Amino acid sequence: MTDPDGQVIVGLEVHCQLDTKSKLFCGCSTDYRNDGPNTHVCPICLGLPGAMPALNKKAIEYAMKVAKALNCEIVNEAEFSRKNYFYPDLDKAYQITQYDKPLAEGGYLEIESDEGGEKKVRLTRIHVEEDPGRLVHMGNAERGKYSLVDYNRAGIPLIEIVSEPDMRSPKEARKFLNKLRATLEYLSVFDSEKEGSLRVDANISIKGSERVEVKNITSYKGVEKALTFEVTRQKNLIRRGQKIDRETRHYLEARGVTQSARSKEQEHDYRYFPEPDLRPLRVKSWVDSIVLPELPDARRERFMKQYGCSLSHARTLTGELKLANFFEQVVREDPHGLSPLAATWIADTLIGELNYRDMSLDRVDPAAMTGLVRLLKAGTITDKSGVEVMRVMLDQRLKGEAAETPDAIVKRLGLTKSAGDDGALIAAIEEAVNENPKALEDYRNGEGKALNFLVGQVMKKTRGKADPAILNTMLAEALKKRGV
Amino acid sequence: MVTEKDVQHIAELADVGIRTEELGTFTHQFNAILEYFDILDRVEGSGQGERDLYNVLREDVVEPSLPQDEVLRNAPHTEDGFIKAPRVM
Amino acid sequence: MAGTIVFEPDDRYNAFLSTATAGPQGSGTLSGVMVAVKDNISTRGIETTCASKILKGYVPPYDAHVVGLLKAAGATIAGKTNLDEFGMGTTTENSAFGPTLNPRDTSRVPGGSSGGSAAAVAAGMVKVALGTDTGGSIRCPAAFCGIVGLKPSYGRVSRYGLIAYSNSLEQIGPLGRTVSDVSTLMGVIAGYDRHDSTSQNKPYNHTPKADIKGLKIGIPAEYFGKGVDPDVAAVVKKAIGRLEELGATTVPCSIPSMEYALAAYYVTCTSEASSNLARFDGVRYGPAPDWKKSWHDAFQDVRGSAFGAEVRRRIMLGTFALSSGYYGKYYAKAQVARRNVREDFNRIFRDVDVIAGPTMPTIAFKLKEKSDPLSMYLADILTVPANLAGIPSISVPCGTSQGMPVGLQIMGRMFEDERVVDVAYAYEQAVN
Repeated sequence: MTDPDGQVIVGLEVHCQLDTKSKLFCGCSTDYRNDGPNTHVCPICLGLPGAMPALNKKAIEYAMKVAKALNCEIVNEAEFSRKNYFYPDLDKAYQITQYDKPLAEGGYLEIESDEGGEKKVRLTRIHVEEDPGRLVHMGNAERGKYSLVDYNRAGIPLIEIVSEPDMRSPKEARKFLNKLRATLEYLSVFDSEKEGSLRVDANISIKGSERVEVKNITSYKGVEKALTFEVTRQKNLIRRGQKIDRETRHYLEARGVTQSARSKEQEHDYRYFPEPDLRPLRVKSWVDSIVLPELPDARRERFMKQYGCSLSHARTLTGELKLANFFEQVVREDPHGLSPLAATWIADTLIGELNYRDMSLDRVDPAAMTGLVRLLKAGTITDKSGVEVMRVMLDQRLKGEAAETPDAIVKRLGLTKSAGDDGALIAAIEEAVNENPKALEDYRNGEGKALNFLVGQVMKKTRGKADPAILNTMLAEALKKRGV
Repeated sequence: MVTEKDVQHIAELADVGIRTEELGTFTHQFNAILEYFDILDRVEGSGQGERDLYNVLREDVVEPSLPQDEVLRNAPHTEDGFIKAPRVM
Repeated sequence: MAGTIVFEPDDRYNAFLSTATAGPQGSGTLSGVMVAVKDNISTRGIETTCASKILKGYVPPYDAHVVGLLKAAGATIAGKTNLDEFGMGTTTENSAFGPTLNPRDTSRVPGGSSGGSAAAVAAGMVKVALGTDTGGSIRCPAAFCGIVGLKPSYGRVSRYGLIAYSNSLEQIGPLGRTVSDVSTLMGVIAGYDRHDSTSQNKPYNHTPKADIKGLKIGIPAEYFGKGVDPDVAAVVKKAIGRLEELGATTVPCSIPSMEYALAAYYVTCTSEASSNLARFDGVRYGPAPDWKKSWHDAFQDVRGSAFGAEVRRRIMLGTFALSSGYYGKYYAKAQVARRNVREDFNRIFRDVDVIAGPTMPTIAFKLKEKSDPLSMYLADILTVPANLAGIPSISVPCGTSQGMPVGLQIMGRMFEDERVVDVAYAYEQAVN
């Protein structure tokens, strides 16, 4: 019997839209997301009788760039084939893809393993194919269900990256995806912010049991969620002594569950054969002329070396192209002086505040961030005030209000850090001590917690402006004066 | 030899409707033709040899798409710019 | 010289599926010439049906590349001609809109699948026409109707807009009453097209020359052997004799791969067709599927009722040949067989300039004579080798048998379309 706590084994098939200007086999624009249905189609991508495909060179170049970055081997001869199946979103009733002669084979991607440290996830292959159209499900059980088709997406170039079953947890699968996304973005061949630009099918099994394919995962977070659900489901089945069926399941994003695809769908026999309207590719020699930009791993190493970032900060900052660029812009004027604080404030604080607001990094002004880091570095404001300034900055952007500089915000809110001779601070300490005789009593009886309580009270009164270190000293002195 | 059941299966795979009364004739004709195709068993070797052309590619240039009304004109059913199709769920 | 041409044909042979009553007359090589176009070639704004109910009412929003070239050369599109549904047949009887009759004898078929184009030319309704040739579909009806038909080298004429039956085999080509007419039309339609990735940059700028002195003609034994009507063979041999009189020499040769060429042809064309014709599901064009049904059921209804029996038979044969477990036995072997055919031709063409033989093994069949599919397939045996190899081949009338025309077929080296035209021209000039 299979051990319910046995090893989880995950392999991924990732489909990414390549960011070309025109579609894979025709001149229709790929920039369709803001336009109405069926407005970016022509005889070719609509599959009209008699139309023929003409292969986009840029799509092949982009795919080769990815292949090189992922350490794959470009094959001597690649060829497109037809994958035949019926579906209303598939205009020709076949998808032009690569079957027995994919563009690239082998390769690997390094991710941070669950045990810590780097691990290589091996790749099986990379191939190029066309996206089908998009279906909208309409109607209801009483009046009849039907589908509506928009072929704008039909013919958008995709690469499918197939991994070996080398991941050992849903978390590693998410890390693989994040790393892959970062790599594709660094290569400028992919835009992860475009809706539906990435889709994932996952194979998952518990060692010793059958493999289950989970299809239809359309978000980065969805991968971990879908696989976590599957792990629990499969382990529960094993615990109950049931066997796991080798099957295909669909991930239902809204409900966070997978559901068996078992239906009347006919068994698949795709009847692949070479696409007779295209000619094979012999492009291996192009590989030498592909110049790769700095990739995430190299940039991470550089961030550690050049800016003194910790491994964890460097990993976070370089994990997204935009974030890495943002960081370098923020510290540009004074890399040595600003980097340590900027790394923490961007990787730890800013990302959290952005996520909380569901806000894009694009809306943050790097110059303002530099200003904030400078204020923190100069000791003008406390960390607590720093967070407050950041929140004001982000909220102003979010609401479309006039953006104040960090200096202006500090001034307006009077957040300048209190110094030791600050009358307001002395008064606040006096007040706090006078208002809380119980705390004073406790402190006298040796309860250290009482001091923290008093510090908190003073902070409240000074709205966080007090430097915690100075406050502690002054409070201790004030208590001493009272003979406590 | 293919049976009527095989022919039925192929018809389903090809999504071509086949009437019960046609099955017999189709199967009979199928077998005669497939028997003739068996001569290919005598062909030795593999691969289709050198092709006439390689690396036929076009530049990544955007060209005009069809106007939406032309896209929809030949479709039997449309709705709000979409083309109406049978249900898949 | 712009103007309007009025076209009022008496279509007693059912050559046309639709006709233009009048059309604009442009200027250029074909100014004032009415050209009939086979109805599997897309014409913007003109219904294009492939003689199938599944495309009834379909009006393409674009012109096939060749149609654009015709218009640019000043030609007027006379109408769309009848064919075997999707080009699948050798008689034009497999049309959903009724058979075309042979103008030479209306009890006989005109050949196919470009029977409508051939009949329109033979009856004098138009001077020239476009056909398509997948396994003989230009040359067969040319031979049966007593006119000239050229299947160009693969890649010389763009297929963009030709509704695909078998992409790797077919070419659009000209039919006409004379070799000169055919050559002129070839000059208009040949050349590179970026929309067809199999297109070659080989324009055709040629005026036929009748001089064939010193030409070496290969005579393959297989073209005069079993299955070829002895009377037809005799007529063709006599015609080859005329070529010798004009200064050519003949060399016996053999094409061993002919043994399995026809099987390779039918496996390839049905396989490709099964995929090409899968898109006809009624969603984007064609008869409406019942959208309340599940898609497989809806598609089966539409395709089962709107495709004719021969089309469904070939779709199913091709589906079978590509299906899991059979691909290696059928499709993959057929591709090896094609290579062997090509190599046989290459070997022969090292010694000879052209190969000659009959176009068809018999004269035109009686209507309904070929009711068994396999016996109809066998009639293509002499034309399919040129398609498998991609080489140019022309059929030129060379006499009669039982009062019906016989075609002399001349095949040439890859891209030597000019040479097969010259040989046909030399023959035509000598006998007329």
